[in-house]
Amino acid sequence: MELSSREIWTAVHGMVLGAGFLLAFSGGLVGLWGLRSGWVTAEGAKKLLRQLAVATWGMAILAWLAVLLGTYVIYPWYRAKLPASATTQPALVTGAPGSLAAAPAAGVDLTRFPKYLLLSRPQTKEWHEFGMEWKEHIAWFCPILATAVAYVVARYGRHVIGDAKLRRALLILFTVSFFCAAVAGAFGALINKAAPTR
Amino acid sequence: MTSTDDPSPTGGAWAAVLAAAIGCACFGLVTDLSEMSKPVSKLLTFHTPTGDLSGKSTIGIVAWLLAWAILHALWSRRSIKRAAGITVLSVILLLLGLVLVFPPFVEMITGN
Repeated sequence: MELSSREIWTAVHGMVLGAGFLLAFSGGLVGLWGLRSGWVTAEGAKKLLRQLAVATWGMAILAWLAVLLGTYVIYPWYRAKLPASATTQPALVTGAPGSLAAAPAAGVDLTRFPKYLLLSRPQTKEWHEFGMEWKEHIAWFCPILATAVAYVVARYGRHVIGDAKLRRALLILFTVSFFCAAVAGAFGALINKAAPTR
Repeated sequence: MTSTDDPSPTGGAWAAVLAAAIGCACFGLVTDLSEMSKPVSKLLTFHTPTGDLSGKSTIGIVAWLLAWAILHALWSRRSIKRAAGITVLSVILLLLGLVLVFPPFVEMITGN
């Protein structure tokens, strides 16, 4: 049983930071939903607000770490350029059927170039052209929205309890941040299954 | 029970909400500009191994923080009366951002 350093970082990105955010969401949503006058006592509200502020800031930090690690550490491994000798082999870069078989002859192991491995076959190229293209961009919405929610809960918590409009706006931001994280997480897992970053 | 008639202003909270939506829309806009133009994409390559995603994300973050700073300066001492309007505007901007980074839409406008 062995994991390369790239596999460890990929696991930290997806299974620790990303999954941590997704798992924490339901708790945060319930907390935010229940944070309303009439549902909680003054003492209960105080306690709930403190917990929710810690939870939402924790989620925002997880989201930031996940996108920064994903963008600046893992993504460069995923999109690593093929050696110059390989790019002269049209079959390798155009995704023509059978190009994968041509790779060993050209001396290039495409499993070291996940993006090009996906693009090399018509059956897998959508994982890059749709999946990765969507994931790499939508993921960035998550920390922005999570930070806004955490800031408002921590700084304006008492208003969130009494102001239904503000609470509703936060619930929308929080839910969209979850949707973005879910899209990024799901495609990340599926792409890493089709073309693992090793 | 917790009082619901707190007199302190909530403008700062609404500034954070709207700024986050503006940041997402700007990120989407920069993403599409980069996809439509090779020179823009090259210009946004702040960090070569990451490619233009480094510039798109940096511009998106800067736009978000700038919008937040401006709105906070304008609203933090005020109570917002048209809160529903800000929510609607935020939802529209969020949807715009989501559409702008959706690959079929990007392909449609770039013609690729």
